[in-house]
Amino acid sequence: MLYLQVLLNGIVLGCIYACVATGFSLVWGVLNVINLMHGTFIVLGSYLAWWAYSALNIAPWTALLIAAPVYFCLGYAVQRGILNRVIASPVLVTLTLTFGLDLMLNNAMLYFFKADYRRLVLEPAMGSLSVGPLVVPVDRLVAMAFALLLTLILYLILRRSRVGRAIVAVRMDRDAALLMGVNVKSIYAIAFGLGASMAGCAGVLLAMIYPISPVASGGYLGKAFVVCVLGGLGSVPGAIIGGLFLGLVESFGSVAFGPEHSVTLSFGLLILFLIFRPQGILGKRGFE
Amino acid sequence: MADVLQLQNVGRRFGGLNAVQDVSLTVGAGEILGLIGPNGAGKTTLVNVITGVHRASSGRVLFEGRDITRLAPYQTARIGLARTFQIVQPFPDLTVRDNVAAAALFSQKGISPKEAREIASAQLEFVGLQKQADHFANSLTLAMRKRLELAKAVAMKPKLLFLDEVNAGLNSAEVEHALALIRDLASRGITIVLIEHLMQVVMSVCSRVVVLQNGALIADGSPQEIVNQPEVVAAYLGKKYAQLSAAKS
Amino acid sequence: MKPAVLFASLAVLVLLAGLPFLGSAYALRIGTFACMYAIMSVSWTVIGGFAGYPSFATAAFFGFGAYCGAILINMGWPLSVAIGAAGALAFAGAFLFGTVLLRLRGHYFAIGSLAVAEVLRELTNSATDLTGGGMGLNIPLSVTGSNSVIADASFFFWVMWALLVITFLVVATIQRSKLGFGLICIKQNESAADMIGVNATLYKSTAFAFSGVFVAMAGVVYAGWVHYIEPPDVYDILFAVKPIVMALLGGLGSPAGALLGAFVFLGIEEVVWRNYLEIHSGVLGFMVVVLLLFLPNGLLSIGKRLRRLGARNG
Repeated sequence: MLYLQVLLNGIVLGCIYACVATGFSLVWGVLNVINLMHGTFIVLGSYLAWWAYSALNIAPWTALLIAAPVYFCLGYAVQRGILNRVIASPVLVTLTLTFGLDLMLNNAMLYFFKADYRRLVLEPAMGSLSVGPLVVPVDRLVAMAFALLLTLILYLILRRSRVGRAIVAVRMDRDAALLMGVNVKSIYAIAFGLGASMAGCAGVLLAMIYPISPVASGGYLGKAFVVCVLGGLGSVPGAIIGGLFLGLVESFGSVAFGPEHSVTLSFGLLILFLIFRPQGILGKRGFE
Repeated sequence: MADVLQLQNVGRRFGGLNAVQDVSLTVGAGEILGLIGPNGAGKTTLVNVITGVHRASSGRVLFEGRDITRLAPYQTARIGLARTFQIVQPFPDLTVRDNVAAAALFSQKGISPKEAREIASAQLEFVGLQKQADHFANSLTLAMRKRLELAKAVAMKPKLLFLDEVNAGLNSAEVEHALALIRDLASRGITIVLIEHLMQVVMSVCSRVVVLQNGALIADGSPQEIVNQPEVVAAYLGKKYAQLSAAKS
Repeated sequence: MKPAVLFASLAVLVLLAGLPFLGSAYALRIGTFACMYAIMSVSWTVIGGFAGYPSFATAAFFGFGAYCGAILINMGWPLSVAIGAAGALAFAGAFLFGTVLLRLRGHYFAIGSLAVAEVLRELTNSATDLTGGGMGLNIPLSVTGSNSVIADASFFFWVMWALLVITFLVVATIQRSKLGFGLICIKQNESAADMIGVNATLYKSTAFAFSGVFVAMAGVVYAGWVHYIEPPDVYDILFAVKPIVMALLGGLGSPAGALLGAFVFLGIEEVVWRNYLEIHSGVLGFMVVVLLLFLPNGLLSIGKRLRRLGARNG
């Protein structure tokens, strides 16, 4: 029975990881930019949720409706205004640029919010749900449900909407898309905006479970990396598979080796995949 | 005449696709062999297998009697195989001279960078690029880049040289110039394999022609012989035309 | 490297040797850090500038060297031997691991190299018996036998300085050598390089090894100098990023540029740190952004641009 519980924990964790990573995967797959600000966007989202709840009494799931457009605009602006200038530059330049931007953003957060951890404590507390011998904290369940919902919405946008089709086209072949009349610059900005939006929303959901601090951004970013490499780049199913895989590995690994080794485990897995299967489980290779 | 190259049942699979199947042929020293076939026939893949870019899925490749099937590209480069690319591959930010010097430096033992540059200057004279020696490779026109490719390949002092569509995109004057260079190289004893689409080039310069279709060798003989073979006509123009043409003759 | 640039670089290094005679502990501290970072940025140029592989492994090398050296010194080995041993281990390890890691390119290689530092840090954290784990490691090394702060500081400055001179000379030599030529070819077109006879795997691994050996040695010196190290300190991601920014600042692909970039960057950082402590990482980030948007070819390219302007108008 222990194994079922561990499995359940892994799945719940995995769905949350998937949500954390989809935006990152989209940006990397479409723009060929590793957005090192992703973790910071997530934490910003958490702060938004915290503020919305403590100042305005808005529940996190409702705060999603605020977070999504706000972070979309933020992402769009950052890409259009700054990243677009170096979009054709080598990996090194774009990586270092987003690193610099992240330093600025993170420092600003540290300055305004201070490094102390805050908690978003919901009242009334949500408690736990018991299904037979299995226990699941309701807040995680709710976060997981919304994480899946958001991921599904993104998937539908990419598959069904005109903009989404354009994004997928650019991801597959930028030059061909350009020739078909797609405004690639605009698509880049939209994709980045979507990525930022997903990050912000993921942050809102994470605020329900984890403590909030600018210091946490690196951890989220690390998870996003690992999920993308494990699952395969630039596709929503990839992020889900990668997320679930990581969630399960960490859950079982936690029991086997202890929770303090979960980061090492995930990075070790990352290195292994990079060496033996860089295109991830689903096999969609990103740009190089 | 010794055989420079021998392919024994060479095959190369990509997933489910047999890009090259069961190809056996020999190339004698000093020959100019034409390797022709419709697009997608596997000509470039075959060259890739011989030079080591892809490993053969089956069969053996023998160079001067030595089994080179498992060698990596840099190793085949050092024992005397050189090739040009269909889509030219220069080092864009190096000068024309340095491009050629690099080819000389790394394919041969015991040459200093300085000596390599001197060799490069000589090769540039051979192909007629000496005026562009200090220009950057990415500033050259297509025709000049093709000549640069050739100069690089020749600087490697090859015994066997693969020229992959060296005439694609050139006008007739440029083609004539290229042909003159090829004949000059052959006269120096370099064995040449020419992948070509231009039939007049094949007919005028090649001593022997092999035809590839869908990865398999379908003909092997002198240019005059193979041009009239029904399989070859069918490969290029379709079965119906082959039948019509056979009925006529 | 043009002779003038080489001469200027060597002149700067020679002048730098006189720093201890200023008698200022503060100046020595900055100077030692400047040399340390310069070692990192110049080393990084071999793999990132010449070969074009964006390595984020510098933190891994530094941390590895620091801990290797610290453990050896605490076992009683003399500093010089510890430096040599750590360097040799780093070179061999980087070479071997590089054959695998360098099959990756671009982003994947960058992440992989970064992940190595993370894994090393966690392993160091866990091997508490050997490394002291999260509690850190003390290195009560006394080199000069005197109690003089200045004497100690001068000693470590000169060791770091000497290491920098060696690093610079080695990297400058690589640049002019067949290895350097090969790396540049690899950077521009790796498959074409293969086809002309460059053993890319060997060259890349060698470059990676060179990018790590002196950084590891600098780690040993650092450990002896600060007398206390802990994993998050020596495996800090900033040790991976700052040298890259410094190299970009000076001019990618140029050892002299990396040298210049390191000194300029540290100068600016010191000014910012003293005056804007709370937001200093934000200012650093801002500098990076401005640099990449407006000066992508680094400081050394300014000279080229000015000359071109002069040629046009002259």
